Order: sequence, then structure tokens, then C-alpha cells
Amino acid sequence: MGGYVLRRVLQSLLILLGISFLTFILLYLIPADPARQIAGRSATAQTVENIREQLGLNLPFYQQYFRYLTGLLQGDLGRSYLQKTEVGELIRSRLPATLLLMAGAIICELAIGLTMGIVAALRRNTATDTSLMVLSFVGVSSPQFVIGILLLYVFSVQLGWFPIGGYGTFRHMVLPSLTLGLLGAGWYSRMMRSSMIDVLRQDFIRTARAKGLKRWQVLFGHAMPNALLPVIAMIGIDIGLFMSGIVVVESVFGWPGIGQLAWQAIQRVDIPIIMGVTLVSAFAIVLGNFLADLIVPLIDPRIKLR
Amino acid sequence: MTADAKPELLPVAATDLPRGVLWRLVRRKLALFAMVVIGIIVGAALFAPLVAPFNPEEQFFEGLTLEGAPLPPGERFWLGTDLLGRDLLSRLIYGARTSLIIGIVANGIAVVVGAFVGILAGFFRGWVETLLMRFTDLMMAFPALLLAITLAAIFQPSLWIVAMVIAMVNWVQMARVVYTETRSLSEREFILAERAMGAGLFRILFRHILPHLLSSIVVFGTVGISTTVLLEATLSYLGIGVQPPTPSWGNIIYENQTYFTSAPWLVFFPGFAIIALALGFNLLGDSLREVLDPTQKGRH
Repeated sequence: MGGYVLRRVLQSLLILLGISFLTFILLYLIPADPARQIAGRSATAQTVENIREQLGLNLPFYQQYFRYLTGLLQGDLGRSYLQKTEVGELIRSRLPATLLLMAGAIICELAIGLTMGIVAALRRNTATDTSLMVLSFVGVSSPQFVIGILLLYVFSVQLGWFPIGGYGTFRHMVLPSLTLGLLGAGWYSRMMRSSMIDVLRQDFIRTARAKGLKRWQVLFGHAMPNALLPVIAMIGIDIGLFMSGIVVVESVFGWPGIGQLAWQAIQRVDIPIIMGVTLVSAFAIVLGNFLADLIVPLIDPRIKLR
Repeated sequence: MTADAKPELLPVAATDLPRGVLWRLVRRKLALFAMVVIGIIVGAALFAPLVAPFNPEEQFFEGLTLEGAPLPPGERFWLGTDLLGRDLLSRLIYGARTSLIIGIVANGIAVVVGAFVGILAGFFRGWVETLLMRFTDLMMAFPALLLAITLAAIFQPSLWIVAMVIAMVNWVQMARVVYTETRSLSEREFILAERAMGAGLFRILFRHILPHLLSSIVVFGTVGISTTVLLEATLSYLGIGVQPPTPSWGNIIYENQTYFTSAPWLVFFPGFAIIALALGFNLLGDSLREVLDPTQKGRH
């Protein structure tokens, strides 16, 4: 176990190092001149040169990368070109809103996805099963901005049940969480269905039935806990889905998280912010995968570590 | 006489694509539905100048209300008009071209690159494998949309740049699938026998390994079109995909979203078009998986 964890930690660190190198190359390739962008249009050539000196933009490639990397290790993600603020500070101030939204999305996708999957497995090969699975495909085939705008139109504009956007109360949370969660719900319903079908075929289910347990006792006491294990283990991997989703969902609903920050940065081509959000997301994804790998054997001892 | 010995005249290596795939697909209701949906959209895109009632870029004076708002669906403009008084139906039909071109080009590149990387890594092992697969892991850890956004912000977006950006993000999945299968294939007896007989590398890779990978490539390639279409729509919706006036389903929504409370059809119709196309390829891919994969037969 110890060796396995150590190896996974090293692997994760290597991937993070690779990601920092890739993001740096992207930053390096940008045709726009950051010094000119910071100095503003009316700045003299001397000012621009000074800023370039100060940022180390005239250093050779590897020295620039080294500077960037040491900065990253100290938690320094660079400065926004236009907002004149630390990118790390901007991200930190917006992270709680994003985490709240993700928590809501996890609740939505599990509630919807698991229910759909269990019902489909129990009604296997019936019309109910087919329609639920088609529905799950609609879920994974719908762009989140379309779902978001649709939900806003029906529930906020027409019915007036929820606010049109913004942040603060529970009612603000419902529609964005649902939008972010629907994609995952599609995947979870399919996974839960096949996991449940596999478990229902096992001998211990037959034993439970044979000893006279009621149908619901077999279902909730024996089948579901076992079917849930492999599915729950996927939550860590979901972070990748969410990290792409928040940019769209937060911009549709005006949710003040890091996705909206990235979206606003796109509009102004404020590259350090886009890179910062990308790095933080990649970090979260690596961490999520790492935790998933650690948690899976803990909750399901049948899975062997490799 | 000597012609008999020429390798070209040997029977072509069998693929594991079973015969009658099309027939078995047609008999599945969902696959048939998917093919009809895809067929309609492809038809509309191919014959756009014949099918579209108007020029998609023509701004009609009578296409706006007296207050300058878009017209709702009606007799003259079947699906209504957009914020500039252009016919929405015509823009959707031409937009299908954008979605399909990007779906085919971007996904095509992603499939070729992914399959190539996967085969090389799975067959050669050693440092080639380490290098390629660690790079694939790295790309997996990048949030796809954010990477696409960064790339799209660096390059000036045009139809072909958007296709390239999507391809650069989407080849990873294919690489992993092909890698895993190639690795187990290259240890099977018939490949070892080929090697022992001194068959050339090119011959082993393309006549013996590739044909056995076709099923997976077809299935994941089909599902990949749906991923590509969704990513293009999202980039265009964020304003960094295909740029107006070239119509794309995503940028139609981007241009018109300020009107969505008063003119919801401007979001609904393009939204349904995106969902229909992505759903079509997802359902088709799923049916293909069931038809092509012998291990799944009769399981669920």
C-alpha cells in the first residue's frame, strides 16, 4: 500500500510538472506582447522595455520557465494584464462559489443518475428501460449552455420559481447545479444500470431471496450497497467534467466563480487568468484522480492495487 | 506464373468487421432513428442552396418588427428571424455545414492521430510507449474545454483553426483505446508468427493489427463526432469558435442570447439542432458497439 501511494504521488507530481511546462509553452507562444499590454497604448518604448525587463521577458526560454516554475511553487500564478491583480488572489476569492456549485452538481447527478440507473436495471429490457437510457443519451448529448438557457426560460422567466441568475440563496443554486449535474447524471445512470444488473446476477442475491427476504430488503440491503461501490468511486473523476462545465454554466447564470472569471478573461484576452484557471483545474483533476485511486480499494476491498 | 507469388494477390487480411453491419443496424429502432436524423442533417447541409428558402446572410427589412425586434415563426419565415432580420431556418441549414465540416475534419484528425499514437505506443513498448502514453496522461489531465479556450484565444479563430483546436484536444480518448487493444494484440500468436516469418513492420502494423482495431475505431470515431459537435457549439457560444457572419449553431445562440426572454425560438431551434445531431451520433455509436462487439452479445 505504502509503495503504491508513493508511486502514485510521484506520477501525479510528474504530470503536474508536465502541465506547468505545457501551459508555459502556450503562454510563450502567444503573439500578443504582455509588456505592451500592461504598459497601455500611450506608453513609451522605454516604459515597455522596463516592464519587459521587470517580468524577465527578455531572458532565454529555459530561464523564463524556471522563473515561472519557482513562482508556481510559491503559489504565484502571475498577474492579470488588465486587472492589475494577482491571479492567485482572484482565483482564491472565487473558489468558494465554484466549490459550492460543484457540491450542488454532485448531489443532482447522483440523485438523478442513480435513481434512473436503478429503475432501468429493475425494469430491464422494457419500454421504461429503453426510454430512460435514451433520456440518459439526451443528457450527454445536450450542450450545457442550451440546458441552462432552457431551464432559465421555463423556470425563471415563465414560471418565476427561481431567480434569473446570481448568487446568494438556496434558490439561486438550484438551476445552475441541475445544469452542471445533468451531463454526469447521464453517465451515472448508465454505469449504475450495468453495475446493478451485474450485482443482481450474483449468487448472494439468490441466497438472500431464497432465505425469504422481502423484495425491498434484498434490493436496499444487499443489491444496492454492492452496486453503488464501483459507481461512487467515479466521483473523483467527475472533477474533469465539472472543470470544463463551470465556464459555461457560470457564465449563463452569472455565478461568481472561477469559471466566470475565465469567461471574462476570454473576452479581454487576459491570458494569465485563463492560464491560472487552467492550471488550477488541471491540479484539481490530478488530485481527483489520485483520490479516486486511493478511495476505490478502501471502499471496495475486492479491487487489488497495482 | 510469377504473378501468383506477388503479395498483392494474396487475399486481403480479414477484418473483424462482421458482414451485414448495416442491415443489423437498420433493424434496431434506435439506430434507424439515429441514421434518419443524421441523414436529414447531412442532406440539408449538402443541398443547402437548394433547400434553404433564403440567403442566410441577407438582412430583410421586413424581417424585423417596427420596433426592430426579431419576428416569431410565421408563414414567410418559418422559424422566425434573428436580431438582424435574417431567416433563422436558412441560417440553421447553412449552420449544419459548419457543424458537419468541423465534426468530420476535427474528428477525422483526432481519430488518425489517436490511432497512430495508440498503435505505436502499444506495439513498440519501451521508451516509445513511455513517452507517448505519459504525454497522453498529461493531455487527459487538462480540462478539455479550458485547453480549447486557451488555444482558441491564442490563435485567431476561423473554421479551420477551430477544427484543429478541437482535434488537438480530442485525440486522447482514441489513443488510449487503441493503445490498450494493440498491446494485447501484439502478444497474440498470429502476430508472433508473422514476426517469426520475417514480415516487415509496415505489413504487421497495417495488414494485421490495424484491421483488428477497426471495430473500436469505428465505434469511438462515431461517438467522437458527437463530442466534437458539442465542443464546437460550446466554443462558438463562448464567442471564440466559428465567427459570424458564417452561421454555426453555437454562434447563432451567442449572437441572439440577449433576446432569449422575448424571442426564445432563437435559442430553442439551434439548441435542438445541436442536441439532435449529437444524440444521433451517440445513439449510432452505441448501437455500433452492440453490433460489432462479440463479447457483449446477449449480455444485457
